[in-house]
Amino acid sequence: MLRIDFNKLRFLICDDNPHMRRILRTLLHSFGAREVYEAEDGATALEMFSHSAPDILIVDWAMPIFDGLELTQIIRQPDAIGNPFVPIIMLTGHSEKRRVMVARDAGVTEFLAKPISAKALYQRILSVVAHPRPFIRTKNYFGPDRRRNTTTAYIGPERRIGGKADVMPQSALIDKARVTS
Amino acid sequence: MAKQKPGELKVETFAEHQVITQPNPLRRAVRRVDDNDIDDAVARAEQALAELSGEFTDWMATECDRLAAALAAVTKDGFTDVTRQELFRAAHDIKGDAATFGYPAAAAAADSLCRLLEHAPDVAGIPRDLIAFHINAVQAIVREHAKIDRLGTAGELSRKLRGMADKFLIEANRDRPEHLEAILAPSIVPTA
Repeated sequence: MLRIDFNKLRFLICDDNPHMRRILRTLLHSFGAREVYEAEDGATALEMFSHSAPDILIVDWAMPIFDGLELTQIIRQPDAIGNPFVPIIMLTGHSEKRRVMVARDAGVTEFLAKPISAKALYQRILSVVAHPRPFIRTKNYFGPDRRRNTTTAYIGPERRIGGKADVMPQSALIDKARVTS
Repeated sequence: MAKQKPGELKVETFAEHQVITQPNPLRRAVRRVDDNDIDDAVARAEQALAELSGEFTDWMATECDRLAAALAAVTKDGFTDVTRQELFRAAHDIKGDAATFGYPAAAAAADSLCRLLEHAPDVAGIPRDLIAFHINAVQAIVREHAKIDRLGTAGELSRKLRGMADKFLIEANRDRPEHLEAILAPSIVPTA
């Protein structure tokens, strides 16, 4: 069984609602996290992201100045000064299909719809820590692999072409974790 | 902490894309434990949340006050970018956190208000009474929580509001079928 040592992870929470920040902080501390930073808007979050180099971001969508989507797009610049590969969990009240697709295309790693639960949050964190997906760079996208499986039947827009690209093996990082444990 | 050096990345280039794989920088935080390990982080967090729940009533009251203030601003100044955004944010926050605070019916009513504000082609065209009904409902559900929840009234109230809101949105978007389809599509987000 895999376990996360939360005390080895640094989190940045970005949510303009102080109640939600308090809930998130409570959950993360209960999981065992010690380093939890908070920002109440996108601009502050970006500044803290640069200075505190968090391992995982938990961002709300709707925030003042610039929102969680814009924050994600700024971070997901391949040549950015910060870490463009950082896992971003979007925790939001928006749950419509259109919103989920937009968030995915901005480079969000995991999507978690409110209301929040301890179990759902833990599972998303476990997912990004133990099963990170490779990144894909195209002419108009840089972010985690948007494919969740290796089907060859996809015929929609932006399908990959050329050689082995039609079936992309996922990086078995969980096996690496087993080796090192 | 997790900043990547270019040399650590494995880049495979294909016809129209690159696949970039990096050694998992968070691997240090994953360890294997015995299946009999009884430490349950989720149960611990749920317990902590339960201990925090004593504050939820006050938090919910604060959220309701904010919603009422946002409506008052709309009444006073009409729909401007600022007043519309604040009313939407206030409703959106209740939609997101009221269920966690123990008021799922208030979350549903707030969700319905969010849909109105987001999907009406012109917010000024939304009947003010319909907006007020939603806000009054949220306040009543919170205020009378202990009384009306026992009767299931809160849930019924939210469902009726959603029906009224959807009826308005269907009519208001009758010339935008693609938009309407997106509005009425169910959520695809797993919540657990």
